[in-house]
Amino acid sequence: MDPQACNEACLVCMGLILVLSIFIGFEVIFKVPSRLHTPLMSGSNAISGITLVGAVLAAGSAGGTISLILGTLAVVFATVNVVGGYVVTDRMLRMFQKKPGRRQG
Amino acid sequence: MNCILLINGTYIVAAVFFIYGLKLLTSPETARRGNLVSAVGMFLAVAVTLLNNEIIDFKWLLTGIAIGGVIGALFARLVKMTQMPEMVALFNGFGGIASLLVGWGAYHVMPLAGIFELTTVFLAVLIGGVTFAGSLVAWGKLSEIIPGRPVLFRGQTLLNGTLIVAVLIGGSVFLSNPAGGYPVFLGIMLLSLVLGVLVVIPIGGADMPVVISLLNSYSGIAACAAGLAISNNILIVSGALVGASGIILTKVMCKAMNRSLYNVLFGGFGAVAKGSEADVDGEVKPISVQDTYFLLEAASAVAFVPGYGMAVSQAQHVLKELGDILEGRGIEVSYAIHPVAGRMPGHMNVLLAEADVPYEKLIEMEEINRRIANIDVCVIIGANDIVNPAAREDATSSIYGMPIIEADRSKTAIVLKRSMAPGFAGIDNRLFYKENTRMLFGDAKEMLGGIIAEFKGG
Repeated sequence: MDPQACNEACLVCMGLILVLSIFIGFEVIFKVPSRLHTPLMSGSNAISGITLVGAVLAAGSAGGTISLILGTLAVVFATVNVVGGYVVTDRMLRMFQKKPGRRQG
Repeated sequence: MNCILLINGTYIVAAVFFIYGLKLLTSPETARRGNLVSAVGMFLAVAVTLLNNEIIDFKWLLTGIAIGGVIGALFARLVKMTQMPEMVALFNGFGGIASLLVGWGAYHVMPLAGIFELTTVFLAVLIGGVTFAGSLVAWGKLSEIIPGRPVLFRGQTLLNGTLIVAVLIGGSVFLSNPAGGYPVFLGIMLLSLVLGVLVVIPIGGADMPVVISLLNSYSGIAACAAGLAISNNILIVSGALVGASGIILTKVMCKAMNRSLYNVLFGGFGAVAKGSEADVDGEVKPISVQDTYFLLEAASAVAFVPGYGMAVSQAQHVLKELGDILEGRGIEVSYAIHPVAGRMPGHMNVLLAEADVPYEKLIEMEEINRRIANIDVCVIIGANDIVNPAAREDATSSIYGMPIIEADRSKTAIVLKRSMAPGFAGIDNRLFYKENTRMLFGDAKEMLGGIIAEFKGG
């Protein structure tokens, strides 16, 4: 396969992944009840911190000082997003979870 | 080569974890586990990325992770539940700026990449920039660093339109000459930040649930664009999931306000609506704490309608205490939740969950409206526009058509409020002038505490 054809195949593949992910997202999230909308938002917000993967690649590869600075800044921001997002969501969901336990006990 | 296979295989596992985690979020019992599953997915994705042999310098990236991790954990632990909206807004912004920086980095390393990569770089920078600047403005408005009211000026729509055209022209100039396009690229970045500010600044406090949802969606789309720019599948999948989630929430919020997204973004809600003030009949009838106690004591069904005011005065715990006292006396107590009460989707649910109110007591708007005529006392705690009957009665009102909790149809409505100041929509509330409405002026927490004292004393 010549490089051009490979590149096109990759694009089609990424497009397919994108479209299917959107559909799965809609399917799963439509079922989240409104009382859990805040944790849904902060939880999915933490997932959007996945940019961290891109940031790690940018900060670690040899691309000169500027891209090192850009990458490291991106890593800091994305990590705040990821760690903060998951911890805060957990704090919230712990409160939601308490009630059934107390009712039984 | 094996390493690449391992990395991409783990990305698939991480994607499954994310989707399964979101699926577990559909029920309060499993939601916490779902969040944990999702976090494990994130950990796997990031950890396996470190194996990539393109990474030759670990020093800075590990320092970055350490700094970000400490800041994130501190933020998340120290924030009060009432500050959750601004926290979510701020985190959204951080996701946005990270995507912008990743896009910028990708362009810096490969300025001569193909047209597809450069288009996605352009999108990552544009959407990331708008998300970042917009989120910061939303954060400022929510934490009241800047005024929560809509900021409007003449020619605003024209200016926004011009900026969008400028960004698009800049984008095509950039794509046609990427090598010499660094100044254009930086210009686009600057414009995207300005655009982010201008898009959020005209939006009022009551519309914040829509804005936060939309920015949440943008942060996902930005991550998705960054993923396309650097050909990374896990970014594409996760970004698309978050984008879809944000769009659904945005749609739910818009529906709950009976407004189109266009209207929220460009309507400048609340700054213009003063027309119907004059034709409100009746007078405001204040009530004392003691009389409120008598009313509640004689009731057999009571509904609490919380709003943003409850969050401000942190009255959720005393409210729950009062609810327990009433229930102890055999009074039926429910908590009526409007979908856009507060400043973010599900805001009231979080606060009441913090106060340990069992979630089966939280009644959604449609259901409470069906039986509201049988409610003896409807206590409105710091809510305003979501109980304003103008939404039903006044076709000229800016909130006309918005579904409300019809507290005016209950036997008696008691409104706990600091003063007669209008709500964030900036319009007068007809409920306050109704025959069966009583106003209990003061801080919600103090007033509820006073009622509790009456119960304990009597």
